[in-house]
Amino acid sequence: MEKIPILKMGKYLLVTIQVDMHDRLAMSLQDDLTEKIVLYNARGVLIDISSLEIVDSFIGRMLSNIASMSRILDAETVVVGMRPAVAITMVELGLDMKGVKTALNVDMGMKMLDIFTGKNDEQEKLNDHSEE
Amino acid sequence: MTDKSKVRIFDIVNSTENEILENWLKLQISSTALRMDLLSERELRQQSAEFLSLFKEATSTGNWDINDSGWSRVLEFLDSISRSRAIRGFTPTETATFIFSLKQSLFTTLQKTSKNGTADLIQDLCDITLLIDSLGLFTTEVYLKSKEEIIVRQQTEMIELSTPVVQLWNGILALPLIGTLDSARTQVVMESLLSRIVETGSNIAIIDITGVPTVDTLVAQHLLKTVAAARLMGADCVISGIRPQIAQTIVHLGVDLSEVTTKATMADAFKHALNLTGAIVKKKQ
Repeated sequence: MEKIPILKMGKYLLVTIQVDMHDRLAMSLQDDLTEKIVLYNARGVLIDISSLEIVDSFIGRMLSNIASMSRILDAETVVVGMRPAVAITMVELGLDMKGVKTALNVDMGMKMLDIFTGKNDEQEKLNDHSEE
Repeated sequence: MTDKSKVRIFDIVNSTENEILENWLKLQISSTALRMDLLSERELRQQSAEFLSLFKEATSTGNWDINDSGWSRVLEFLDSISRSRAIRGFTPTETATFIFSLKQSLFTTLQKTSKNGTADLIQDLCDITLLIDSLGLFTTEVYLKSKEEIIVRQQTEMIELSTPVVQLWNGILALPLIGTLDSARTQVVMESLLSRIVETGSNIAIIDITGVPTVDTLVAQHLLKTVAAARLMGADCVISGIRPQIAQTIVHLGVDLSEVTTKATMADAFKHALNLTGAIVKKKQ
């Protein structure tokens, strides 16, 4: 069975969806991703959907779910590169993906993750100092 | 309508064509509904003569239903005349007078040449009235249709013209909206904004609604949809140019704009956008 590759980049995970998502693929991505977050102790997840041409309500909800799950596991999720046509369709479907962070491209997404996770890291450092 | 009367009318038209034409022209020229400033007498004569000869040809077939194939050339000719008059700025009355004044001319001729008594004359008048009326209605219909075509063309042109997306700064786009927003226009606005966001890699878009005369629930919903779509792609939207009255309307309508950044003027929105990108504007030393 085909799988969507999940790449580790430093403290982040990079998921590039390059095939049309069907429901089973989406479910297996959910499983794999949560496992990998725990395995690598990832701080952020970047999902690139720039080559995705069709997003239906199921995939939209799955993206929201992935974001919520990774937040529970203390990793921020940024969805990048959504196409205009896909964005219009999702709004028409009433899926506004509240709670999911978005960016125009991978570059901006990475910067965004740096900002979000950077804050947490500083706090960690502070905590470390207080423990010493 | 009897065949006898058809033949009789054809004979009259055929034998007195010139007389009918002269009469008809005189009537058209003397009528107040003729626009001599838009149409020369020579052109009018040419049109009338051509129509009359086509009319004669069509009546000779003996079939007086204008939907019949024998009348197709007459209709084609009328079609072109009505269209050209509609484009030149004639009113419907002025356009229809072309056909209706022929009726009067035909009546006069019929009256003069009628020898067979009142009953036949009345029958002939009835037949001609029916025929000319249907031709007149056809003229008006074509006139209206061509006017409608003009309106549709202008609408599409307006949609194309009214959605400029301008780049204000590196990473900042502005979309000044002018005119009423309906569903069709919003769709175009949304598409052009989103594609420009991708092209320029901008992450802030300012939607300025200074030129939108009224904001009702539908327009507000369209705006929110555009903002949501831009957000999904990773761009923030700022709505600016909200006039005091519109702010009041939005609140009275119960539209929730709390999730969107709104600014009173484009300048404020631009300042806010610069702030977000980390740029600052300051005076020279």
